[in-house]
Amino acid sequence: MQELFWIFISSLLINNFVLTYFLGICPFLGVSNSLETSFRLGLATTFVMLVTALCAWVLNTYLLIYAPYLRLISFIVVIASTVQFIEMLIKKLSPALFRALGIFLPLITTNCAILGLAIFSTNRGYGFMEGITYALGAGLGFTIAMVLLAGLREESELSDVPALIEGTAMNLIIAGILSMAFMGFAGLFSST
Amino acid sequence: MTESENRDYNEFIKGIWRDNPVFVQVLGMCPMLAVTNSAINAIAMGGATLFVLVGSSFLVAAFKKLIPKQVRISCFIIIIATFVTVADYTLLALVPGVHKELGAFIPLIVANCMILGRQEAFASKNTVRLSVMDALGMSTGFVIALFTLGAVREILGAGSLFGISLFGAAWEPWVIMILPPGGFLTLGLILLVFNWMTHRKQMFMEKVAEAQRSGS
Repeated sequence: MQELFWIFISSLLINNFVLTYFLGICPFLGVSNSLETSFRLGLATTFVMLVTALCAWVLNTYLLIYAPYLRLISFIVVIASTVQFIEMLIKKLSPALFRALGIFLPLITTNCAILGLAIFSTNRGYGFMEGITYALGAGLGFTIAMVLLAGLREESELSDVPALIEGTAMNLIIAGILSMAFMGFAGLFSST
Repeated sequence: MTESENRDYNEFIKGIWRDNPVFVQVLGMCPMLAVTNSAINAIAMGGATLFVLVGSSFLVAAFKKLIPKQVRISCFIIIIATFVTVADYTLLALVPGVHKELGAFIPLIVANCMILGRQEAFASKNTVRLSVMDALGMSTGFVIALFTLGAVREILGAGSLFGISLFGAAWEPWVIMILPPGGFLTLGLILLVFNWMTHRKQMFMEKVAEAQRSGS
């Protein structure tokens, strides 16, 4: 139980997927212009991550021990079809949410955080419970990073910034400072 | 230079400066930031990306008539994933040290949005020859960007380039540059310089236009 807790905290804060591993930078920079959408996208990504972790575990246990070279191809096919499936499901169950998510839903397929999650948890030999906990922590960590950047960006829109630095350059520098702040969490583990 | 050669040249050169995938289109950021803590890693990553992009652009352009429109994205992804698997095993056989350091980021080339973007925007609509030229140009631009970032971070963060010490023992390395925040900060500052250069060029062109108007 304690180990699961450490996995969760580590993927949530210390090894935050966005700010330490640089995974999922594209939506992190592209979609984070409003708090509302970044929160929703974060939750959708978390959900896809949970499903992917489940599928990756099934694939690893039953298929890939026979054909390890198929790992990458089978993971990407699973992710693409999961996203497609979730898209159809949400469209059927809640058209309002579907409209709100819009184009961001299919774009989750090319979010490298999802594929990264599947590859990392395979490399570390995580079992079923560990994989799911890791996915939950990583997804929520992604959401935290998105919401933090979106909040800062909404704030900076009201302030007077030089025209040259506006846009991606400023977002990257903000992200750098956020990443520096998250490095402080590294001390969380050293005492144990 | 004949017209077709001229076209080839144009498709090649646009990826290096005018449409540079990193500095102008801001694509493919994840591998860009993650592996550029040393110049040699940046070069290995750039080489692998070049191989994957050129290979998949060639295949996609060659088979564009056979791929049904509805499932094209999945087809592209599977083609890309195949080339990435080849690159992964090749690097493992040739340079196991670098492969270990790049780790999970070689398989993650699949999710590099620049590669999928080129297939969707260019290779699926153009001839094999032009697509290969476009892929070569784009990946050269990507390699240049990776190398710039990797070199800046390694020089400042470790005081060396390609592992060769530059400043001697008195140099106090800026450790932050090879840690994650350094990646964000360096890329942000490089983009700032890029913006500034574009802005200066624009000002210059405006001045030229004004001079022409007042002269005529």
